[in-house]
Amino acid sequence: MSTNSTYYIPHKATWPVIGTVGLMTMLAGFANYLNGSSIGQPLMIVGLSIFIAMLVGWFTLQAKESESGMYNHEVGISYRHGMMWFIFSEIVFFAVFFGTLWYTRNLSVPWLGEGATKELLWPAFDAVWPTNGPGKVGGEFEPMGAWGLPFINTLLLLTSGVTCTWAHHGLLAKNRDQLIKGLLATVALGFLFVCFQAIEYHEAYSEMGLTLGSGVYGSTFFMLTGFHGFHVCVGAIILSVVLFRSTKGHFSPENHFAFEAAAWYWHFVDVVWLGLFIFVYLM
Amino acid sequence: MSAVVDEHDHDHHADDHHDHGPAKGLLRWIITTNHKDIGTLYLLFALTMFFVGGSMAMVIRAELFEPGLQFVDPAFFNSMTTMHALVMVFGAVMPAFVGLANWQIPLMIGATDMALPRMNNMSFWMLVAGVLLLASTLFMEGGAPNGGWTLYPPLVLQPITVGKALPFAIFSVHLLGISSIMGAINIIATIFNMRAPAMKLMDMPLFVWTWLITAFLLIAVMPVFAGAVTMLLTDKFFHTSFFNAAGGGDPVLYEHIFWFFGHPEVYIMILPTFGVASTIIPVFARKPLFGYASMVWATASIAFLSFIVWAHHMFTVGMPIAGELYFMYATMIIAVPTGVKVFNWTATMWKGAMTFETPMLFSISFVVLFTLGGFTGLMMSIAPSDFQYHDTYFIVAHFHYTLVPASIFILMAAGYFWLPKWTGHMYNEKIGQLHFWLSVISVNILFFPQHFLGLAGMPRRIPDYAVQFADWNMISSIGGFIFGASQLLFLYIVIDTIRGGTGEKVSDEVWEDAAKHGLEWTLPSPTPYHTWTTPPTIVPTEHVLDSH
Repeated sequence: MSTNSTYYIPHKATWPVIGTVGLMTMLAGFANYLNGSSIGQPLMIVGLSIFIAMLVGWFTLQAKESESGMYNHEVGISYRHGMMWFIFSEIVFFAVFFGTLWYTRNLSVPWLGEGATKELLWPAFDAVWPTNGPGKVGGEFEPMGAWGLPFINTLLLLTSGVTCTWAHHGLLAKNRDQLIKGLLATVALGFLFVCFQAIEYHEAYSEMGLTLGSGVYGSTFFMLTGFHGFHVCVGAIILSVVLFRSTKGHFSPENHFAFEAAAWYWHFVDVVWLGLFIFVYLM
Repeated sequence: MSAVVDEHDHDHHADDHHDHGPAKGLLRWIITTNHKDIGTLYLLFALTMFFVGGSMAMVIRAELFEPGLQFVDPAFFNSMTTMHALVMVFGAVMPAFVGLANWQIPLMIGATDMALPRMNNMSFWMLVAGVLLLASTLFMEGGAPNGGWTLYPPLVLQPITVGKALPFAIFSVHLLGISSIMGAINIIATIFNMRAPAMKLMDMPLFVWTWLITAFLLIAVMPVFAGAVTMLLTDKFFHTSFFNAAGGGDPVLYEHIFWFFGHPEVYIMILPTFGVASTIIPVFARKPLFGYASMVWATASIAFLSFIVWAHHMFTVGMPIAGELYFMYATMIIAVPTGVKVFNWTATMWKGAMTFETPMLFSISFVVLFTLGGFTGLMMSIAPSDFQYHDTYFIVAHFHYTLVPASIFILMAAGYFWLPKWTGHMYNEKIGQLHFWLSVISVNILFFPQHFLGLAGMPRRIPDYAVQFADWNMISSIGGFIFGASQLLFLYIVIDTIRGGTGEKVSDEVWEDAAKHGLEWTLPSPTPYHTWTTPPTIVPTEHVLDSH
């Protein structure tokens, strides 16, 4: 009897509780670190190590099970539901910060520069974006332009979306060479993006006076681009794993959930960047 | 389709159809992927947290028994109100409903287990981790968070309010959010992908429908709360200015984001409540649920409306008048689908051959007392009136009516209703009814006077009050102590039923003709460790009954 007609239910799972212990240790360590306790950093490192070990162990197990044909079509559908709604929750998370930017630019900053607030509290405050507020929190700064590195980064990410799709076509056409080359290009473009982002941050801090503490402009700029950059890193690591598995001969035109999930995640990161480029850099 | 249940992670037999029981020992509970085990873990954890959060409420009512400071210092009192709310919302009510979802959804839709069993295990342990981080703040220098469960800045960012607790509370919210999102995703995947082929969406029991909609609310708003507290963290420790006007930010923005999460959050606690009530009432009325389709649509409407009414929590914050009016009218609309539900439950009972076992008693009192809580909600939706009620005991009375005699009562009802199915043992009906009558009387002594206190102007979250509030506070406290003590009866009944109950062997149906109302009653009692390894071909549902 073929395993394809059965829905695989694992009988026990050890990685989830290990991962939970890791994450909790890491966060408890971070909280201690923020409170100025010396135990914070070692706890964070221990927790992070456990968490990474969990990721490696759990994904290795999943890859092994998938390649041995234990997941039928229905299991694949469940995984796709899982990934789809996980990405949805990530979109909502980003929406909070985009919403914050919108509210700040269109409501709270104008309110600070009009009516009684202006007359009685801050008569000298000129409520125009970009701003670090009437208190000039963080000192003088220069806002980030759109047409230098950010524009190059936009082209990089858009190209990486194309190479990712090209790799997918290779996978479907059983052209492993195209699959691997496409993934390699995608991962390389992803990491290049992160490098340019790092250069941009360095310039902001060292030459433009623009920091996370530069009032609400600095806060929204670094929070949005920073969380996005973190997601690019995560996406590039996921794609690297998919690349590694491709070189090992994993995936077939019928069975390649991991590739699809990674590609979905990558396109999500891509779309968020377009939002950033328009609303943070251009407007 | 049939399901394979693997004995070992690596040693896998495709034709392994035989039904083996759980692993032995304590480790079983830590590494289990079985939906019934995980459901049990959720329910027992929630019950424990119900008593932890309840003890905090007892401290609050003891302090308020008389005017003046009696037992605890004001900062600790504020910690108690904050922690009571966080523990009850995130530790008791939400996990209890996830526990019911874990137990019941696969049984009700003919699925062998949840769609993503390993993630199911993780979402439970993430919950425990989150609550542990939160509870650890009780033992810290400066004490637990005491700025209210809403964690409003700038108050919550001031050293005096948080001590060392703030980052722990924030990371706890992150972990609880991860747990809820994983649980919600699992429920969505299970309902969409694991239903018996014979069951169409509009054949699903209403409990399954309400949980499907609740799961969407969860994944749509838990990340919002996570984002809000992340900004609190960076404002406190990394020099950002999101909620700082001097830097161009606005503390009111936090309130908007929080309540964009917070309002759907209260429906996350009430929609599964509606689902359980819609399951229990037809069984004891011996009639199909009245207006199945309208119940589904009303649930979906309430969920949709929950996203566009959030600022009615902040009428007094200084919004433009257009905002006040919009949020006032939008809020009032919620009464329409909610009214549909109340009328449907009433119509289900109309001319039914009713009996009044404990689950039914709790369910009927839910319909009555939840409606009362709904009416006070309607009073507060009127923006100009709300200026009078805001931050008084009136709001405390309102939301406790919608949570205690609604969500909590229905959770109790669910316990009495399904425990015999799960354990194969009958609970003691006499003690159950005693528990009900003590609860329903004392809960009104506890919360009804708080309406009067609020209308007379007593503010919430204070350890001391003016002497004119003394009498009603004492009565409320007495009600509180009786209510708290009565819940020990429930604890006794749960333990007693698990250990054998009355000794009476329950039938597969448990309740008369229950099998007409849902698939779970066609399974043996107690429910075997693995069920529906081959899906059922016929699905009896309220909907089908209704059309015959």
